[in-house]
Amino acid sequence: MSTIEASPEVGHDEHGHDHDHPPFLAHHFDTPEQQFDSGKLGIWLFLVTEVLFFSGMFCAYAIFRALRPEVFEGCSQFLNTKLGAINTGVLLFSSLTMAWAVRCSQLEQHKGLVGTLAATLSCAMIFLGVKAIEYSHKFGMGLLPAGLFFYDPSNPHPTDHPPYLLYICAPFALALVGVLIWLVVSAASGNKFQFAVAKPLSVVCLCFFVGVGLGTVLESGEDSADHVDVHADPNGLATASVMLEAEKSAEAEAAPAIAASGAMVPVEESVLEILATDPTNVGVVSGLNALEQQTAAAGTSTVTGDGEILGAVTTTEVDVMTPTTAGVFFSIYYCMTGIHAIHILAGIGVLVWLLVRAVRKDFNRQYFGPVDYVGLYWHLVDLIWIYLFPLLYLIR
Amino acid sequence: MSAHAHSEDGHSADGHDFAHPMSVQTLLAVFFALTVLTVITVAQASFDFGAFEVATVMFIATIKAVLVMAFFMHMLADKPFNAIIFIGSFVFVGLFVIFTLGDSMMTSHSFEPRVVELAPAVAEPTITTVDGAP
Amino acid sequence: MSAGSLPSGSQVRDPGYPTPSENYLTNSKGVLSWIFTLDHKRIGVMYLVGVTVAFGVAGLLALLIRLHLFQPTGMVFQGEEANNWYNQVFTLHGAIMVFLFIIPSIPAALGNFLVPVMLGAKDVAFPRLNLCSFYLWVFGALFFVSALCASGLDTGWTFYTPYSTTTDSSVILATSGAFILGFSSIFTGLNFIVTINTMRPPGMTWFRMPLFLWATYATSIIQVLATPVLGITLLLLIAERTMHIGIFDPEYNGDPVTFQHFFWFYSHPAVYIMILPAFGIISDLISVHSHKRIFGYRFIAYSSIAIALLGFLVWGHHMFTSGMSSLTTIIFSALTFTVSVPSAIKVFNWLATMYKGSISLTTPMCYSLAFIFLFTIGGLTGLHLGTLATDMHLHDTYFVVAHFHYVMVGGTLVAFLGGVFHWWPKMFGKMYSEAGGRLSALLVFAGFNLTFLPQFVLGSRGMPRRYATYDPEFAALHQMSTWGSMLLGFGLLVALVVLLRSLKSGKRAPANPWGAATLEWECTSPPPFYNFERAPTVGDPYDFSNLEWDAENERYVKIEPAREIVPEEQPVTEPVHAEDSK
Repeated sequence: MSTIEASPEVGHDEHGHDHDHPPFLAHHFDTPEQQFDSGKLGIWLFLVTEVLFFSGMFCAYAIFRALRPEVFEGCSQFLNTKLGAINTGVLLFSSLTMAWAVRCSQLEQHKGLVGTLAATLSCAMIFLGVKAIEYSHKFGMGLLPAGLFFYDPSNPHPTDHPPYLLYICAPFALALVGVLIWLVVSAASGNKFQFAVAKPLSVVCLCFFVGVGLGTVLESGEDSADHVDVHADPNGLATASVMLEAEKSAEAEAAPAIAASGAMVPVEESVLEILATDPTNVGVVSGLNALEQQTAAAGTSTVTGDGEILGAVTTTEVDVMTPTTAGVFFSIYYCMTGIHAIHILAGIGVLVWLLVRAVRKDFNRQYFGPVDYVGLYWHLVDLIWIYLFPLLYLIR
Repeated sequence: MSAHAHSEDGHSADGHDFAHPMSVQTLLAVFFALTVLTVITVAQASFDFGAFEVATVMFIATIKAVLVMAFFMHMLADKPFNAIIFIGSFVFVGLFVIFTLGDSMMTSHSFEPRVVELAPAVAEPTITTVDGAP
Repeated sequence: MSAGSLPSGSQVRDPGYPTPSENYLTNSKGVLSWIFTLDHKRIGVMYLVGVTVAFGVAGLLALLIRLHLFQPTGMVFQGEEANNWYNQVFTLHGAIMVFLFIIPSIPAALGNFLVPVMLGAKDVAFPRLNLCSFYLWVFGALFFVSALCASGLDTGWTFYTPYSTTTDSSVILATSGAFILGFSSIFTGLNFIVTINTMRPPGMTWFRMPLFLWATYATSIIQVLATPVLGITLLLLIAERTMHIGIFDPEYNGDPVTFQHFFWFYSHPAVYIMILPAFGIISDLISVHSHKRIFGYRFIAYSSIAIALLGFLVWGHHMFTSGMSSLTTIIFSALTFTVSVPSAIKVFNWLATMYKGSISLTTPMCYSLAFIFLFTIGGLTGLHLGTLATDMHLHDTYFVVAHFHYVMVGGTLVAFLGGVFHWWPKMFGKMYSEAGGRLSALLVFAGFNLTFLPQFVLGSRGMPRRYATYDPEFAALHQMSTWGSMLLGFGLLVALVVLLRSLKSGKRAPANPWGAATLEWECTSPPPFYNFERAPTVGDPYDFSNLEWDAENERYVKIEPAREIVPEEQPVTEPVHAEDSK
């Protein structure tokens, strides 16, 4: 009876030191290529989950834009296109440096790898810095999610709000200070490895404030142009002139459209009409009058009580800057860009870990998986922004 | 996967086994193309395509997305299975959005309470036309 | 298959029994070795313990519900807050059962243990991610427990708006818990897809995999695609409660039905996450215990994938009465019929497998037979609910409750128990009392039917679901149902006791007690911590022709015919030209 060829004295650990099993190869994989292919498939599946995750918000966006296109047009004015375009460019550049980093890891160019990873991180920080300006600016103006919305067209820039920008920048400032201290300490103690890590990280943390500075310059430049227009003309841009949906609903109710001549088109309630011909049926007559006035107000002419027509009103100006309308736009804006920013933060965390490993020269031509996988995640973050930017910032 | 598979089994033409390093020219060319497309995207906002607004914007964004996926994400050089599952996921996104959006549009008119706050102080009725309004 | 004697001269291949230092349960000692383990088998065992505890808690809540409904005016909860208490109890029962038990049970507890071993691999593709999934499960469970203890959740497990956005109960705690559990589910699915794709041994093509792996693969596809949508839905719900983002609130031009669309886009595929692994277990169990090749292997494999994909097209059938447009309801109803076809194909294939097979009425087989009966009823009643016209009357009645309990309890739970009884010898190396096991199957079957068959009648007669009190005309059926639930609970207790007793005093299990041909039976029971020294030779997973019953040792062994040396003549020992040189 044959038994399995187990040799318990040869502990499991011994396998790791097989010449066929290099230390970067996990014990349950046979070849580095199998390990790489598994990781690749794993990260693509994770990207699939991310796509489905964002799809919910894109669906909410689609629903609201389809139902309220005028709200989206009106509110998109408040999103600074220049800053959005800069962010797009920055993220595209970071995608380039990330793909370059993968190339460096595959070619075992360790210095290049550290440089490109640091560049990617720096771009991410610039992105966040610009975002910080955008968010703090909007918080100050009261352009918040629907439940917290308090924008007032007559006082668009209240000065008595808490220093939002300070709150947002505080943790990054702390990080910068921490990294700089670490830099000095590691230089002084001669720890080459720590110094090699702290150097690029300090550049990265500085870049957040580069982004903040960039945002401030461009936002203030904006102030003199767009904002003035918007704020000086609350009935212009901030109110959308629309063809009234009430007219559409009037059609839907099959209410009679009253022609400009003022003649009464036969209504469906023909019984009431017949009754109204008798002037003693005061209630029915005044009821029909009221109906007529209502539909006329929704229609293309105004009819006063004694049958006079004052002229056609084809549009009514609707104020979209209310919590129930613009508030919803900004809810969707904050949800989408906010969750995107959280993904950027997570990406920054993972990239820092990669940077440390790169300085440690962990990667070689048979083991560059982690760089490749993080790269794929980063490209997805870029992909999502490629869609977010035009959908939120470029609605006219 | 035999236990004896050595690195030479891979694509050893350039000595890089299973890795496919991208050339710097390709990377830079793709980045340049993406930048140009971004400029086009911003520029198109000044034109009004009416009902095709969203379609135009999504079309350009999709070209950019395809470039990022094919080159930066190596989809062209990878196993086709990875591309199939990623692109396949968009089918499910489409399914979800189309049904939900469609149903929402079909039902909204019947029950929406049209919370409309009219702009204050519209003194006299003015006849104004809206650009692109039907 | 001969009745016990091994053909003479034949070579027997059997891995024997593991030594304590090989046995994965004992190869390293101490609590920390379990807490930080990367061994998929230990993780599977920890999951098994976890889901059993969750099942116990939610099961007790169920008994509380049934006890309360024994009388029309409610027997357990009294006073002003009675209905409030009742709402909390059924909400927690549903939420704990769905998120903590049914969805993880088969994939995480059994799947984690079996998938690598069935593949002849040493572990799953990402062992650390596997451990992470387990801790996410634990973390999510803690959130649910705290929601229990905090200002009681009473929205129903479906969290419908606008109530869930306006009530002041612990919705955020519970939805955060569900969000975390969603990630546990996603990572498990991800792990399995990669493992099955890249770690199959040489010779195991897609169509030589055991059907349990096909089922796991299909389940994992759903987990990866659908669960993120639940994640974003819950996140938006939390945002709605905290920041009033407004998308589900009509006052802010939102729509509560949008929440339902978002929620059911996940939750309908989720029910296929619950049932597909059960199908996989039954395919394997029926084949092994009938000692006959599975009928229609490819059909079963393809139908698993078909169910996974078609399941994404039908979520609207949970919302027929919620105000969707007529066109939408008609489309969803039509699509719902298509998804019943692959399930029916499976049932026919199982019956055909049993036909002319040599059936052993072991405990796993008893549970499998129960499954076929109960799932068929559950599936057919699903058609009543998928039909638009009848659903208008049956929606939100006890008919729905009976339907989903038939498929989830009569289906998934029964299959889970069958699987646990089938693979228990492999996992723990002990045989249990067959008599006790069969008794538990009988009690569970009888108790279950007594509980839920009356509920179909209740529903079609108009008893609404989630009601704490009811008209006296329904009393008799409710009482029947309550007695049935006590019997069901007792049967489940018997099952638990039988299994736990086997750990203490069961016979030592051989490598292959049932005579199955899949790879997990080629290692010892329990397996060594490394599973296989090197990948075993892959044969046909449903070919039982070379397995014989070894009566002396009470086990099945693989038989190879006696070897002959061919050719008969011995090789020449001297060189050909030796004579010349002499």
